[in-house]
Amino acid sequence: MTTAATVSEATGGSGDAGPYALSHLDALESEAVHIFREVAGEFERPVVLFSGGKDSIVMLHLALKAFAPAAVPFSLLHVDTGHNFPEVLEYRDRTVAAHGLRLHVASVQDYIDRGVLKERPDGTRNPLQTVPLTEKIQSERFDAVFGGGRRDEEKARAKERVFSLRDEFSQWDPRRQRPELWQLYNGRHAPGEHVRVFPLSNWTELDVWQYIAREHIELPGIYFAHEREVFRRAGMWLTAGEWGGPKASETVEKRRIRYRTVGDMSCTGAVDSDATTLDAVIAEIAASRLTERGATRADDKMSEAAMEDRKREGYF
Amino acid sequence: MTSATEPAEPLSVEQLSATTLLRFATAGSVDDGKSTLVGRLLHDSKSVLTDQLEAVERVSADRGQDTPDLALLTDGLRAEREQGITIDVAYRYFATARRRFILADTPGHVQYTRNMVTGASTADLAVVLVDARNGVIEQTRRHAAVAALLRVPHVVLAVNKMDLVDYRESVFAAIAEEFTAYASELGVPEITAIPISALAGDNVVEPSANMDWYGGRTVLEHLETVPVSHDLAHCHARLPVQYVIRPQTAEHPDYRGYAGQIAAGTFRVGESVTVLPSGRTSKVAGIDLLGTPVDIAWTPQSVTLLLADDIDVSRGDLLVPSKDAPPTTQDVEATVCHVADQPLTVGHRVLLKHGTRTVKAIVKDIPSRLTLDDLSLHPHPGRLAANDIGRVKIRTAEPLPLDSYADSRRTGAFILIDPSDGTTLTAGMVGESFAAPQPVKDEGDDDGWDF
Repeated sequence: MTTAATVSEATGGSGDAGPYALSHLDALESEAVHIFREVAGEFERPVVLFSGGKDSIVMLHLALKAFAPAAVPFSLLHVDTGHNFPEVLEYRDRTVAAHGLRLHVASVQDYIDRGVLKERPDGTRNPLQTVPLTEKIQSERFDAVFGGGRRDEEKARAKERVFSLRDEFSQWDPRRQRPELWQLYNGRHAPGEHVRVFPLSNWTELDVWQYIAREHIELPGIYFAHEREVFRRAGMWLTAGEWGGPKASETVEKRRIRYRTVGDMSCTGAVDSDATTLDAVIAEIAASRLTERGATRADDKMSEAAMEDRKREGYF
Repeated sequence: MTSATEPAEPLSVEQLSATTLLRFATAGSVDDGKSTLVGRLLHDSKSVLTDQLEAVERVSADRGQDTPDLALLTDGLRAEREQGITIDVAYRYFATARRRFILADTPGHVQYTRNMVTGASTADLAVVLVDARNGVIEQTRRHAAVAALLRVPHVVLAVNKMDLVDYRESVFAAIAEEFTAYASELGVPEITAIPISALAGDNVVEPSANMDWYGGRTVLEHLETVPVSHDLAHCHARLPVQYVIRPQTAEHPDYRGYAGQIAAGTFRVGESVTVLPSGRTSKVAGIDLLGTPVDIAWTPQSVTLLLADDIDVSRGDLLVPSKDAPPTTQDVEATVCHVADQPLTVGHRVLLKHGTRTVKAIVKDIPSRLTLDDLSLHPHPGRLAANDIGRVKIRTAEPLPLDSYADSRRTGAFILIDPSDGTTLTAGMVGESFAAPQPVKDEGDDDGWDF
């Protein structure tokens, strides 16, 4: 019999595991590459969701490494809310061009202009992304859709599979998920169904930032501290702009801020920050007592199950 | 020694990146305090952030509870919060200065076996929780058996609720001895017993002041220090080919690389390799580690192998050292855990996914079903229902290079898929599973079964 008292001597207590141990970043990278290659091997028309945010930028970087020296065998898809940060759109287009990739854009503004979607009273367009996204998946017949969702982001996402089957309405049913055993991902699906694939499932926000630092990946400037005109709404600093802020009762002020997440301007909050370098950002996140979404996402605060409800409808 | 609870000194990117990753799974019955243990690990390792804790405090207060219910940290779905149960495996992430952790939080409630199989399939360590007042019960033996079946390298027995037995050493020692004897017989290679109180926080993250008779590590210290690497020198090298990389560009007109994640062992440039199931041979001309040429690569690195000869290799093939090739066979004998609601029956036509290869297969026989309570074998049950563990014989349409699961958790494992709707039916482990299989029961013992 071995109790902890005797086992602990045998392990040496260093936590270090010899010459063949991979660092946690190498292990995560290797796993994500494996997932990209499984999809390339098993699906007909995969697409990578690419918003110009850090998670999708890391996804693209991993895909480039997975298939080097050949080109990435997928196209990209961006759901444009019409309220995106101009710096991010510029980054998106520059990156797509640099790698010779094809970009599909599903536009929320088009749906509003056509009268198919209605602007919400609170001005938030994040929940409106679901319809353009799912219709684009159907019309382009994408059978695998990579998303940058991480299970550490939110407790409904903690239940998400790496390969997540969606029905013809793109719905997620957490009670009917396939068990996921070893690294044997099951991508079987009927015509009209598709699989959402999450290569960054096991990454945390800090992992993403450390990987960006290690790989010297360029990011849009809004991730680093800069001066910006913002105003306070629901406890968050929002960027003033044509999307509809501020209201008459809200006051604009110039602050030194940066963004932890990048999304629709109407619901993505900035944090006060002096972090102008990757090392400073990493130090700031390591010391932060707020989660990424808790600090910066208005739409997740709508109810206890906001994310779960949106995911069920087809959102990522 | 650095304690995880001290205020973290900011580490450099290099220090942070060098930490290793431990994947572990928790197993426990309802009400033995598993959610509290998980909540305590997350909370006391300072992995719960203010906004998450505030949400838990708010919901707990709304329900009229005096103290925050840490179980709410882990029950993420609407139905789970409504019913106060855990429906499905969830994955949690936390970190200390020494290590990153991926925790497969498996519910002990319904459908426990398949959930624990799911969580344990990728785990380096399993924590089995026992209520100190109840000792080793059927459910504990079930958890030990699943950990043994899945070949989880390390098992921790956490004897919980020590506060309710006056922190008595004799209670702990008796449970630890009984569990260790049982699990050792199943072939669990390493067992560590720790007396804890998840509710009071004894020996979870902080050493207990109430149990000075215990000289071992806390649960978190053990998780931080248990070794995760395996002795690769004795592993059979295996590379399931996922994808053939052929740029066909002016810069790389002749590049033809076989991409995959090394499932076991090491590959070296210059080594003779065999392609299975075809049996063709060549030499490793080069190894690309995500764009960087290397001389040697090992599991679980994702790599691209270049071969000296232009031979036929495609997705689904297995590259192995020529001196260490597994046999190929169309007759698979395995222990399986059935994970789907529809049963698995003799004559069932299925798809079998092994590594990167998916082939047609037929269930030829189900020789036995395991009774987890006493590890006896029920002969010829005819079918396996959800959560059943049993032996099966499967005939495949094409030969497969199979390792024993005891030798390789990656290349000794497979899943069965329903070809009609894509359902994942069954988790399979090739070869003998238990160190000491029990003899098959007499037919006369079977009166209690429905079929």
